[in-house]
Amino acid sequence: MPALLLLERNLLIYRHTWYLLLAEVLEPMLYQLTIGVGIGQLVGHVPGLDGSGPGGGSTGGIGYSAYVAPALLATAAMNGAMNETTFNMFAKLKLQRVYDSILATPMTVHDVAVGEVCWALLRGVLVTAGFLAVVGAFGLVQSAWILLVIPGAAVVGFAFASVGLAVVTFLRGWADFQFIQLAMLPMFLFATTFYPLGVYPRPVQIAVECLPLYQSIQLIRLPALGEPGPALLVPVVYLLLMGALGLRIALPRMQRMLLH
Amino acid sequence: MTEHQGTPLVEAEGLRKVYQPSGFTAVDGIDFALAPGEAFGFLGPNGAGKSSTMRMISCVSPLSGGSLRVLGLDAATRGAEIRARIGVVPQEDTLDEELTVRENLLIYGRYFGLPRAVVRERADRLLEFARLTDKAGEQVSALSGGMKRRLTIARGLVNEPEILLLDEPTTGLDPQARHLLWERLYQLKSEGVSLILTTHYMDEAEQLCDRLVVMDGGRIVAGGTPRELIEAHAGREVLEIRVPPGEQAVTAEKLQGLADRLEPLPDRLLLYTEDGETALAGVHVRGIVPITALVRRAGLEDVFLTLTGRTLVD
Repeated sequence: MPALLLLERNLLIYRHTWYLLLAEVLEPMLYQLTIGVGIGQLVGHVPGLDGSGPGGGSTGGIGYSAYVAPALLATAAMNGAMNETTFNMFAKLKLQRVYDSILATPMTVHDVAVGEVCWALLRGVLVTAGFLAVVGAFGLVQSAWILLVIPGAAVVGFAFASVGLAVVTFLRGWADFQFIQLAMLPMFLFATTFYPLGVYPRPVQIAVECLPLYQSIQLIRLPALGEPGPALLVPVVYLLLMGALGLRIALPRMQRMLLH
Repeated sequence: MTEHQGTPLVEAEGLRKVYQPSGFTAVDGIDFALAPGEAFGFLGPNGAGKSSTMRMISCVSPLSGGSLRVLGLDAATRGAEIRARIGVVPQEDTLDEELTVRENLLIYGRYFGLPRAVVRERADRLLEFARLTDKAGEQVSALSGGMKRRLTIARGLVNEPEILLLDEPTTGLDPQARHLLWERLYQLKSEGVSLILTTHYMDEAEQLCDRLVVMDGGRIVAGGTPRELIEAHAGREVLEIRVPPGEQAVTAEKLQGLADRLEPLPDRLLLYTEDGETALAGVHVRGIVPITALVRRAGLEDVFLTLTGRTLVD
């Protein structure tokens, strides 16, 4: 599969710059320490997975740190993947013109797109795995199902890498990255990262449930807290569709950008 | 390579390139055919359509009209197969700045689907060829302009291409670097690699090209061997005379009929003729005493300026 050759290129580069991945693990660690542990001291326990439901509190409640950790895992997978196809790819597209030379070989735009998405989701998985090790070291593992975080992170990574790929084709300059921040930061804060959905009134709950990060957090948090089940299908389907849509928008636009 | 004997290596008919959304026509219906083993040049001022033509031949730019066959394959539908068998040296170095010199060759070979062992062996050989063996472990950003160009050429050879396309290969290089590059290109040519290059350096075209076409405004305005072009468009010799400022027009008037063609420039008069010395004698006979006079052989530069004009294009 020629697309994997792009993975090979990126691995070649990361042999020199592997420490950048460590830096990306640091960000969720800081949230975990300040909010998970710090605010966790004040909060104590949260009432199970979805405090709003009729069975609220039936799980007996979880330590706040353990509640926040899966959300940060999902966010790490999202950021790891999306930074790759937005920031890094923008530089490769506009400044380094890496793809111009790649496309002079038998590689196609399709190979490049798929290759970069694969690499981005792999990066998301690596960052998530790194942070998972930290979470384990903090003693926040609730269930062996937490290992589902790894394939979960791959799905989250795929969805956001593909959307990032579509987004990067619309960016005109570095200033446009502000728009990405404008979408990502509120999503990070509202998508039940730090407190359950139950605190919102119902109309807001519906809006939050539509957020891709909310679905990603669900995909990671349910198994992490020991409740895997058919409910996981919703986020999986949501995220796979989102990824497919991202690719569908990105491919023809990249084709026009690169083969003019 | 017997299968290609007789059939042109590259053949274009009515080839057109129109860029959207501007609607700018860069290549406006050109025809050409290249024989195997030949070094073929596209000459022309900036914006003549040379690079657009090259990009279409390298199958990274879709045709807007006409037909183009490379290595006997249709460029519109069999791009990947064609790209597997050609080498491309683009106008701007597009080396992978995040990789070392050697890694650039290794990964590029991999893009062609070559096994790692083959790529490693070729990378070492190509580093030798490009005189970059000492720099193998360096980051690309540490290389000089000439070294980057040589690495780009080495990279274009990693798939052992049948045709090497070079877009302005020596623009921006110092004379030493240019000569080293030319020497390497000769070597390739003698090994049977067909070269297609664009240039606006006449010495480069005369040095390297067996045959060339002159492009201007998206069209081919002339074609042939360098010698044929010079004979057809400039004649054998050129007499350049310098006269005091302000006497240009009067002098030009007096010299009518002395040469095949007379071209007044702001600081000089050029007389295109078969015999420069006789023309110079004629100048003296007509009572003109130039400040300086120079007889030289006509070159491609004269052809180029005759065909594409002296107005600055950019």
